[in-house]
Amino acid sequence: MEIPRQAAVVDAAPPSATRALEVYPPRTLWSDVWRRYCRHRLAMAGSVVMLLLSLATMIGPVVYPVPIDDIDFAVKLAGPSWVHPFGTDDLGQDLLARILYGGRISMAVGLAAMLIAILLGMVIGALAGFFGGVFDSLLMRLTDLFLSLPQLPLLLLVVFLFRDRMRQAFGPELGIFMLIVCVIGGLRWMQPARLVRAAFLVLKEKEFIEAARCVGVPNTWLIVRHILPNALSPVIVSATLGVGSAILAESSISFLGLGFPPDMPTWGRILSDAKDYLDLAPHWALFPGLMIFLAVISINYIGDGLRDALDPRKIL
Amino acid sequence: MHKYLLRRFLITIPTLLGISLVLFTVLALAPGDPFEELALNPNIPAEVRFNLRRQFGLDDPIPVRYARWFTSMLRGDWGYSFVSRVDVDRLILQRLPTTLFVLGTAYVLALVIALPIGVMSAVRPYSLFDQIATTCAFIGYSLPTFFTGLLFILLFSLYLDWLPFIYSTTIEGSGLRWVGEHFRQAAMPIAVLGLFEAASLTRFVRASMLDVIHQDFITTARAKGLTELRTILGHGLRNALIPVITIVALQLPGIFTGAVITEQIFRVPGIGSLLISAIQSTDTPVVMAITFVYSMLVVVFNLMADIIYGCLDPRITYS
Repeated sequence: MEIPRQAAVVDAAPPSATRALEVYPPRTLWSDVWRRYCRHRLAMAGSVVMLLLSLATMIGPVVYPVPIDDIDFAVKLAGPSWVHPFGTDDLGQDLLARILYGGRISMAVGLAAMLIAILLGMVIGALAGFFGGVFDSLLMRLTDLFLSLPQLPLLLLVVFLFRDRMRQAFGPELGIFMLIVCVIGGLRWMQPARLVRAAFLVLKEKEFIEAARCVGVPNTWLIVRHILPNALSPVIVSATLGVGSAILAESSISFLGLGFPPDMPTWGRILSDAKDYLDLAPHWALFPGLMIFLAVISINYIGDGLRDALDPRKIL
Repeated sequence: MHKYLLRRFLITIPTLLGISLVLFTVLALAPGDPFEELALNPNIPAEVRFNLRRQFGLDDPIPVRYARWFTSMLRGDWGYSFVSRVDVDRLILQRLPTTLFVLGTAYVLALVIALPIGVMSAVRPYSLFDQIATTCAFIGYSLPTFFTGLLFILLFSLYLDWLPFIYSTTIEGSGLRWVGEHFRQAAMPIAVLGLFEAASLTRFVRASMLDVIHQDFITTARAKGLTELRTILGHGLRNALIPVITIVALQLPGIFTGAVITEQIFRVPGIGSLLISAIQSTDTPVVMAITFVYSMLVVVFNLMADIIYGCLDPRITYS
């Protein structure tokens, strides 16, 4: 959309201006966003930390090939040392290895739950905003209803009720993963849905949509190709922040002992095991807690930076 | 005003119905059966099992079961706890005051911290104070309550040995000492919850105050010679609070998340820790009832937020 408009400007401009424009490569929407994002120092710091964390959890277990379930009572509850950089837990298992491995699960849960929430939210918001009328008010009542559900008690209730069934159907690890991801995603679609609906309500009255209708663009194509791309910026911000809150939700469930089993050491799960040994081994709780904190704060700063970068009214 | 209150009150009924429907659907779809143990027990004959199932109506169609469950919830008959051997409503009523006390005090603490800091940040944006406050708020907002709780225990209980980290219901003594002990043991849970809430509230107060403070009516207020304090508080803050209240109401369900976790960490005998122990011991009636109580609390607080909203914003008509 951006490029043809610029071409038109170039045609109409006097020759000197044309030459000036040729010196610089054309500025696109996304290069502008990137430029503005780079000026947000804290967001850049957040991105670097997030990149390091993702790299560590992805290739960490390869570079640091210590098994996560190597039990050694001789070194149980030992503090950080050269052999065990993050110390060990009550069974003498290496904490760095467990944290690196657990980070994979925590991050995967965060990403997958956010994807579900965003997809659900976009579909519901787009349908409500585009078609309006009774359909809209029904869907919005549903959104309001979900917004007034108590999240954590309901999460715990659903995980508690369906845990065994999912374990039987998909195996102990995949089953729990799918259950937790679906429940977290299924309780977090409301905000994206509201954002998308609000954007759709404004956009569908615009001239370019009228023009597209005139040339006979069908409704589905209108939604997917013409309106949705223009409604994306608030969704991107809310998706970013959604990853953080999904990681927090997973850690909370695991912390309460209802999430993943002990052989899948997510950060919340390690913290939950560590909480009874605070006096003997504070490092056991500090390291996973620090990881959750680092992941969430860097995601929040990235979201903050994206919000500023994607807002065309802000001049940075 | 009365008409508005009545209408607002009536809207809560379909909301509660909807929430109860969601809860019941979850329960009805769930695998497992409260009589599973009986079915596996060879000492119980088949007809006794059948009669029990019929007596509790387990084989009725789902709508019938829903109607019966909902009407008995309304009548106050919340079932019987399999584990504690008491009526669920009595169990919850024992625990609810503690939860409300901790939650309420934490919220007051959050307001006391967030309002002045948010306003001061917005009055001088990008000053040193604002930058420190915004950074602290960001950190506080990103620190999960279960981690701050553990950090507080580590610092104040284990390292400094100032505060007890287990909430006790039976405190000896009376008078001032009793109050003091209660305060000491409630200090950490309230601080953990209150600081977390304060962090997100500060951000909202600051953002909303920044929107208001550059508007024309603030200049007008200054021009007619009001003191700076009255301009900021009477004209600025009053208007800035309107969007804040909406956000606070929307965030309420999330606050209970923090409350459940805090109660669990500090062993506060509220409904949150009751919920966790009920889930761990598969005490379904208690789990259902507590989830419903949380939903009702959300609805009631939303109602209160709407009423305060109406009082603050004179543009809202009550007709």
